[in-house]
Amino acid sequence: MSQVLSPLPGTFYKKPSPDAAPYKSKGDQVAVGDTIGLVEVMKTFIEVKSDASGTFREYLADDSCPVMAGQPIAGLE
Amino acid sequence: MTLKILNPGLSTSIQDLGRPGYFHLGIPMGGAMDRFALRAANLLVGNPEDAACLEAVFMGPHIEFQSAATVAVTGADLPIKVDDEPREPWTSFEVNAGQVLSFGFLASGARAYIAVSGGITTPEALGSRSTYPIGALGGVNGRPIQTSDELPTGGSSGPGAGRSVPRELRRMPGNPAELRVLPGLYWHRLTEESGAGFFDDEWKVAPEADRMGYRFKGGKPLKFVEREQPFGAGADPSNIVDGCYSYGSIQVPGGTEPIVLHRDAVSGGGYFTLGAIISADMDLIGQLQPHTAVRFVRVDMQEALAARSHRRNMLQRIREELH
Repeated sequence: MSQVLSPLPGTFYKKPSPDAAPYKSKGDQVAVGDTIGLVEVMKTFIEVKSDASGTFREYLADDSCPVMAGQPIAGLE
Repeated sequence: MTLKILNPGLSTSIQDLGRPGYFHLGIPMGGAMDRFALRAANLLVGNPEDAACLEAVFMGPHIEFQSAATVAVTGADLPIKVDDEPREPWTSFEVNAGQVLSFGFLASGARAYIAVSGGITTPEALGSRSTYPIGALGGVNGRPIQTSDELPTGGSSGPGAGRSVPRELRRMPGNPAELRVLPGLYWHRLTEESGAGFFDDEWKVAPEADRMGYRFKGGKPLKFVEREQPFGAGADPSNIVDGCYSYGSIQVPGGTEPIVLHRDAVSGGGYFTLGAIISADMDLIGQLQPHTAVRFVRVDMQEALAARSHRRNMLQRIREELH
C-alpha cells in the first residue's frame, strides 16, 4: 500500500475539468507517472503524478479543498 | 563554475535586490519577495548582499554542482539535502563537484533563497539579474530556470561550512500572520464601519497570490461612502481616476478581495488603494502559503518607521554575527 503526496500547497482537484470524470476510480491500474489530480496555485494548475504503481483505492483529499505540501491525496494498493 | 539544473521546481527564478528606478516607466522593481532572507543567504556564503540567488517557491529545484562551493538556504523551511544527506537551514554548508542539491516537501513558509558563493552571474538587464517574466527581463533569457539550464556563478569556494544565523534573527511570519497597514490617500472612501471591519476580519491568502500581487479572501465586502464618480473614473465605487500605485499598496477591486501589490506589480491604474503594508512587513508576505490566515493591523507613521528601524537592526546584527 502506498500514498500519492501533493508536492506543493494549493487547491486540490480530482478532475481535469469541472465536467470531467475523476482521473482515477477505485480499482484502476496506476503506473508510475500517471496523473492523479491537479493542484492550483499562482494561477497555474500543476499535475500531481504517482511515483508508485499499483491499484487505485481512494482519494484522500477532497475536491476543490486546500492541501499542504506533503499531504496524502490518494491511496494505492 | 556552473550550476546544472536537473529539475527546476515550480517557478524557481534568479533574483537579487531588484531594479529600482524604472517604476515610472511601468517596469517594476522586481527582486526577492523576501529581501531579508536573500541578504542573509548572501552573507552566509560571503557574497555581497545584493548578489543574485535562486528564489524557489513552494518546491525546491534539483541542482548538480560542477565545482565546489559554499551554499546557504534561508527563508521557507524546505528540507535541504546534498546527495540525500540533510543540511541545516540558515547555515552555510559545502557542496563538492558532482554533488546534487535537492529539497524535500515544504514544511513552512513559501519561498526559499539558495545562495552560492560567488553569486549567480547571468547577464544584468537594467542593472539587475532579477527575473521579470512578463517583461522578459533578467533571469535566463527573461524567464525562470528550466531543466538543463547551466547557470554561471562567480566561482569562489566561499567561507566554508558552519556559519549560521541565530534562530532569533530568522524572521518569518506567525500564524495567523500579522501585516501592519498604514491607511492611505483613499481611506476616506470607506465608511467608518467598513474600515474598522477590514482590520477586525480574518482573511486568508488566495491561491492565485504571486509575485505581482498577494490576494486575500474571506473578510466582509467593503462599503464605500456614496459619491458621484468623478469624470474619468469607472462606475464601480472602488474605481478612481487612474493614479499611481506604490509597492505594498492595497487595492480592493469591487470592494471584495484586497490585493497587496508586490515586487512585480503594475505601477498604476484605476482602483482605489486603502493604504499600504509597511515596508518592514513586505518580506513576510513573500513567505505566506495559500490559505494562510492573516490579520491586518492598523499602525501610524511613527509605528511604521519604528518597525523599519527594528528590521534594519536585525539585519545589522546578522552582519555583525557573520563578519
